Amino acid sequence: MKVVWLQSGGCGGCTLSWLGSEWGSLFATLRDASIEIVWHPSISEACADEALAILESCVDGSTPFDVLCIEGSLLRGPAGSGRFHVMAGTERPMIEWVRLLAARARHVVAMGSCAAFGGVTAAGINPTDACGLQYDGANPGGLLGSQFRAGAGLPVVNVSGCPTHPDWVTETLLALARGEMTDRELDDLARPRFYTDVLVHHGCNRNEFYEFKASAEKNGDQGCLMEHMGCKGTQAHADCNQRPWNGSGSCTSGGYACISCTEPAFEEPGHPFTRTPKIAGIPIGLPLDMPKAWFIALAALSKSATPARVRKNATTDHIIRWPRPAKKP
Amino acid sequence: MRRLIVGPFNRVEGDLEVILDVADGRVREAHVRSSLYRGFEQILQGKAPLDALVFVPRICGICSVSQSAAASQALAGAMGIKPPENGRLAANLIQSVENLADHVTHFYLFFMPDFARDCYQSQPWWHAASTRFKAVTGTAAGEFLPARAGLMRAMGLLAGKWPHTLTLQPGGSTHPLSASERLRLLRVLREFRQFLERSTFGDTLEAVAAIASAAELAAWAERHAASDFGLFLRASQALELRALGHAGVAFMSYGAYELEAGRWWPAGVWAGGPALLDPAQIVEDVSHAWYADAEAPLEPRRGSTLPLADKAAAYTWCKAPRLGGEVVETGALARQVVAGHPLARDLVARDGGGVEARVVARLLEVARLVPAMEAWAEALRPGIAFSFEGELPAEAESAGLVEAARGSLGHWLSIRRGRIHNYQIIAPTTWNFSPRDAAGRPGALERALVGVPVGEGEKAPAAVQHIVRSFDPCMVCTVH
Repeated sequence: MKVVWLQSGGCGGCTLSWLGSEWGSLFATLRDASIEIVWHPSISEACADEALAILESCVDGSTPFDVLCIEGSLLRGPAGSGRFHVMAGTERPMIEWVRLLAARARHVVAMGSCAAFGGVTAAGINPTDACGLQYDGANPGGLLGSQFRAGAGLPVVNVSGCPTHPDWVTETLLALARGEMTDRELDDLARPRFYTDVLVHHGCNRNEFYEFKASAEKNGDQGCLMEHMGCKGTQAHADCNQRPWNGSGSCTSGGYACISCTEPAFEEPGHPFTRTPKIAGIPIGLPLDMPKAWFIALAALSKSATPARVRKNATTDHIIRWPRPAKKP
Repeated sequence: MRRLIVGPFNRVEGDLEVILDVADGRVREAHVRSSLYRGFEQILQGKAPLDALVFVPRICGICSVSQSAAASQALAGAMGIKPPENGRLAANLIQSVENLADHVTHFYLFFMPDFARDCYQSQPWWHAASTRFKAVTGTAAGEFLPARAGLMRAMGLLAGKWPHTLTLQPGGSTHPLSASERLRLLRVLREFRQFLERSTFGDTLEAVAAIASAAELAAWAERHAASDFGLFLRASQALELRALGHAGVAFMSYGAYELEAGRWWPAGVWAGGPALLDPAQIVEDVSHAWYADAEAPLEPRRGSTLPLADKAAAYTWCKAPRLGGEVVETGALARQVVAGHPLARDLVARDGGGVEARVVARLLEVARLVPAMEAWAEALRPGIAFSFEGELPAEAESAGLVEAARGSLGHWLSIRRGRIHNYQIIAPTTWNFSPRDAAGRPGALERALVGVPVGEGEKAPAAVQHIVRSFDPCMVCTVH
């Protein structure tokens, strides 16, 4: 399977994250699966005229390829011209290159939330009119339009995340190479379900604090980050707490909120990222599929049943009480 | 005269084009074009100040933590707080893991594969270079990537993940390490030391850090020719990279790694001799960049960023920062020269500091950093605070000046009515790859390329590629 990878209005962080791939040596893994990188801006030898020759032959069909991976958002501005990113060495805006290559690819993959939905580059006043390949925030459309289907029939596969986990990228490529990525394997936003069928909350090592609504109040506290610290782990689709980052990490284990970076428009939450917005003391963003009344009732009940150990540990930066049998009443 | 347009220039972070005017077989003039604009400085206006910690790391996937560090220092300045001892050590460690990873990533994945090119087939070292460093298929990448992933476990332990962590906060780190995590961190660092001592150097880090002159380096290279660094030095000697690509400008460093008193590698300027750095002398000129002109170059705290894609005199999205009106070079070489390392000073005294000196300085830093990181990890005290709280004032002006792997990174923040009023960023490669200013003075790379030989029919000369990559450019930071 031949892969062409281009970067546009992003930070390159999805590639850098990918290079941190564990489970063996990344290039050997790809080689073993017969995945060939035709060109990638960070790792290929071919530069300048050599690189252009490769890309032009992909556009004109003389080098058939299978997968087009795009990292970074697509910059339509100023005024639809795409000139905020003219591909170096060419007079052609990157959005033109992407349209031409997408028309030739058997599969088109958005690597990261920028390429999927617009991402951080589309935040604020969105100075560059940035969007995703097939979405503009949560709205279908984007650069290629909602009706776009790549050669093999799938819509753009959205490997969202800011950045993407190395395995999300590798396993998407492996599944495509093995012919195991079908419509059924994609969720409502065309993200691979192998990592979006669960929530970041699942497997969070703060779950006992969550159960008892024993909440962190400041940086470094061990408690649940949902009530005060802005955490959206109960709403964000991703397996970050089941598939560790860089050996053993995740945002919540690192002591800070999940900012829901796999979801469209996460970059504009409408409130400061690390402060939970509330109405009458109740967080606005409740667990995704839980009825509000039940949540409030359960929260009140669990708060009243919180063991002292959990309550005390929640607002300290290390364990000051450890599990021991409760005293008989 | 013929004009070469070299791009897309890969194995740099981001999008880069280099325009060369060639006459009589040499580059007469060079223009450097940063071809991507995203507008982070516009995006940040009006945001809650602490939200900068979400946005700025995402300027760059390779300098992500450096961007966080600059923002958290600017915010700490606005709050008037400093982290506790553990927070200071954790911040040093998180920054140094990134800088270390960036240095070796540059060496193994971005820079060395050029020596495996077919144009060097007649060189006696080509076979070794090709076997070891051929892009993607070379044996070095197969060994290096797992070693790098092993090192990045330090980020999993210290910062949750990399890139794009929120761990670095104005008051310290959000993740207090447990005693067991501290031991695991030490294991990670020791394991990476083994990779470096086995493959990169074939020698102890302490021995490499003690190389004190160009002559000692040459003798070391003879004894360690089989190591990866030795192979570079062999190729560099054959291709005379020491004489290639010096910019002939002053070196600048903001200083790196907070110790109890001051920074380990101090801030300063080196222009044939030491000089003090006065950040108030920094301005940005936009005469040749696609932005609305100001009446005069602006201090970054007053800076503005209004894109103007039709501006006739402009040729890049990169502004032209100047220090006291002068072009400066920044990066590992600048840092080590300013910090007074004898090898870096000797290389600069001998040749002015070109391709070879930049690469040597980077690996010298690798050898110096790891023992320091081990000491910082030893000094962590689990069980006591990693972070203090602070209050943001409604009105403030502040700056955060740090060193990313590839050089000096500054953030200038102004807060009004509790929101970000202005946020200006000058990144390392903004300095190194700056365009001409209003007085027509070219930037550091534009100077470094002048006079480089270009063979008949060559479209992207290898020498040009060596020079450009020797700066370890980060184009996504450059324009942001």
